[in-house]
Amino acid sequence: MTHDQKNILSVRDMSHEEIDVLLSVAAKFDQSEFTGHELDGKILAVLFFEPSTRTRMSFSSAMMRLGGQILNFGSVAASSVVKGETLSDTIRVTSGYADAIVLRHPKEGAARLASEIAAVPVINGGDGAGQHPSQTLQDLFTIRKSMQLENIDVGVQGDLRYGRTVHSLANALTKYDNIRLHTIAPEGLELPNYLRQDLTDAGMEVIAHESIEEIISALDVLYVTRLQRERFPDPAAFASFAATYRITSALLARAKPSMIILHPLPRVDEIDPAVDALPCAKYFQQAHYGVSVRMAMLHEVMRP
Amino acid sequence: MKRVGNEGIVISPIKNGTVIDHITPGKGLTVIRILGIQTGTPVTFTVATNVMSTRGGRKDMVKIENRELMKAEVGKIALVAPDAKISIIRDFTVAAKKSVEIPSDIAGVIRCPNPNCITNTREPVESRFVVHPRGFQCWYCDTVISREMDISDYI
Ligand SMILES: Nc1ncnc2c1ncn2[C@@H]1O[C@H](COP(=O)(O)OP(=O)(O)O)[C@@H](O)[C@H]1O
Ligand SMILES: [Zn+2]
Repeated sequence: MTHDQKNILSVRDMSHEEIDVLLSVAAKFDQSEFTGHELDGKILAVLFFEPSTRTRMSFSSAMMRLGGQILNFGSVAASSVVKGETLSDTIRVTSGYADAIVLRHPKEGAARLASEIAAVPVINGGDGAGQHPSQTLQDLFTIRKSMQLENIDVGVQGDLRYGRTVHSLANALTKYDNIRLHTIAPEGLELPNYLRQDLTDAGMEVIAHESIEEIISALDVLYVTRLQRERFPDPAAFASFAATYRITSALLARAKPSMIILHPLPRVDEIDPAVDALPCAKYFQQAHYGVSVRMAMLHEVMRP
Repeated sequence: MKRVGNEGIVISPIKNGTVIDHITPGKGLTVIRILGIQTGTPVTFTVATNVMSTRGGRKDMVKIENRELMKAEVGKIALVAPDAKISIIRDFTVAAKKSVEIPSDIAGVIRCPNPNCITNTREPVESRFVVHPRGFQCWYCDTVISREMDISDYI
């Protein structure tokens, strides 16, 4: 790692101010305030050791919009694994081919290791069940589009035990003032104790609720995640939870008019499709913001 | 066996080396392991386990001949035996004494409990843990070994 190498590995490493600067740049890009030459002559190595079409495409699109070029290592990565090459060696080699690397890898901590070896900036495109900063920044960006990131009530509903997007978002929100986290989850899929401890240690108020009905009218943000069938003991248990945890227009009638709904997608049955047409449904916009946010990330690490 | 110090009957005197006293009972062998001493290593060492301490209660003691511990090694010992006292012996007398201090950044000692961590693969990388409000956190994958867990399981 070179001394002034800028990496984006985890939102945890970023200060509140650094996040704000990045999101402001993303907001400019989102308003088409860019020339398309910001990253002229730059090459981004897209190094994916596991499939993820959306993340790869949105990073590629972001790079191209800023005038940069893509070097896609998809199959090369796979073939070097087959040949038994270590990630460290692959990174050493690809460092010489590009101005930055975006890495997706199945092992947690892979991106941090890569950043210590690479001679160019590394962006974490998701490592195993670990960090996925572009997703978290995209979530923060979507909230910030609608309201100030302070003094708000954020509800998180769904699989809070395994849902890593919720974990990262909750951690990131501790950097902001006076945010209350309201959790709604089926038994057995509640927020892990260690995370609840970390959040409260960081000064966040975390309140668990039996049902969404009891808190819906107080929320500014409702973040819904997918319930996975395989996490439930039997199909009947899943069906009963799926019915209870469904967001419907009737439920939303009691929400604040300014409340927004986020979802990392793909969605299954958690949100009634009739909700999509309501102004509070921000999840598809949230997905579109992914490109602007990734443009800001690439710009941040490669700008001259 | 010759009596050394106040409670040294279980440890015979050495000319040069290191004595680690007041080790948490049961952790003497872990200390040996942390120091990279295995059977087969050409080092003479003695471990006394569950000996009565003059401070009351029990303790482990370790004596290593012809080796003076380095600062980094002393820090590692603190992970499992925070009350340990180290005496450097030169020519049968205590030449220096130090207590151990828990380091804030530990490389290469703790094995990450997360099987999916990049440090548990073939990558040529040393494990690294840093202090966290709940214990020690893997620098790479963020897994925390909390104080309720026995860290010596991962050493
Ligand atoms: N030459 C030696 N060989 C082996 N152990 C020794 C020697 N000299 C001192 N020790 C041990 O090192 C520790 C520190 O020694 P000392 O300062 O005399 O005792 P204490 O700290 O208990 O007052 C004690 O456990 C003592 O038994
Ligand atoms: Zn780890």
